[in-house]
Amino acid sequence: MSGTDDNAIVAARNFVASLPHCRALGMVVEAAGDGVATLSMPYSEALIGDPGTGVIHGGAISALMDTSGGVAVLSHSTGAAMTATMDLRIDYMRAAEPGGRITARAHCRHVTRSVAFVRAEAFDEMPGSGPVAVANGAFALERATDP
Amino acid sequence: MKRPEPIQVVKQRRDAALRALMNGVPYIRFLGIAFDRRGDELTGVLHYDEKLIGNPGLPALHGGATAAFLEVTATMTLCWATLWDDLEAGRIDVATLSASQPTRLPKTIDFTVDYLRSGLPRDAYARARVNRSGRRYASVHVEGWQDNRDRLFAQATGHFLMPPRA
Repeated sequence: MSGTDDNAIVAARNFVASLPHCRALGMVVEAAGDGVATLSMPYSEALIGDPGTGVIHGGAISALMDTSGGVAVLSHSTGAAMTATMDLRIDYMRAAEPGGRITARAHCRHVTRSVAFVRAEAFDEMPGSGPVAVANGAFALERATDP
Repeated sequence: MKRPEPIQVVKQRRDAALRALMNGVPYIRFLGIAFDRRGDELTGVLHYDEKLIGNPGLPALHGGATAAFLEVTATMTLCWATLWDDLEAGRIDVATLSASQPTRLPKTIDFTVDYLRSGLPRDAYARARVNRSGRRYASVHVEGWQDNRDRLFAQATGHFLMPPRA
């Protein structure tokens, strides 16, 4: 249903816009709904982690993947009111191409009453090169109905 | 026996080398990270700023900011540890370290963060321990805390690819 998806995107955009760290990194919600979220972030010289190559720091990609994981959890039909990262492992496969946007797509692989298991992949603008990073995380769920 | 160097000479050399390492990385400045040095031991300090917040309701630090802080502390500690002997033996000239060629930093292979409690809206500290450092790979553990050293708010382990030795 596109109506539901539109609501999910609006909710996700409002959520991300309310987070100062995401604003500082310029994160944008591209898509959200049914436990899947895609967020992107522009290249910025402030984010460079390796001055020799201009490649952005892994920490910035980690923040993008963490946020996309959280948005994926909140967009899941289980109806979590809030979520917090318990654990996140990131594999840095290759350096992101300097100058381009980074896009991360996260999806809930499994959701229990209190935990969501999430996988995320981050891409740069190099077509066919595979992800720059892959993440797996466990997110704690808080439900509005919890006593 | 060789006379010990004057304290100013020692401090100046070590602090200049540390500054040279840090100043080259824009993201360290963006996050507001500084390093406290006691001899060869480094403590990362994440100076609180509103832009680090990821949950305005609580409020709490963003998990991504925490992860980045721990990763920066791990990388700098690793880099510092590999540099130390050469620096102290006079095999590295601090002037060339700061100026022309940017230091070749270790590359993160993987990084796993364990979030133990939410990061409060105040300064955070981190110290890393290099558990294994080989010619090509290193394994580093890092602990982050705020008010109380024994109550960690996050910890992490990462593997790093070492830069080829010049």
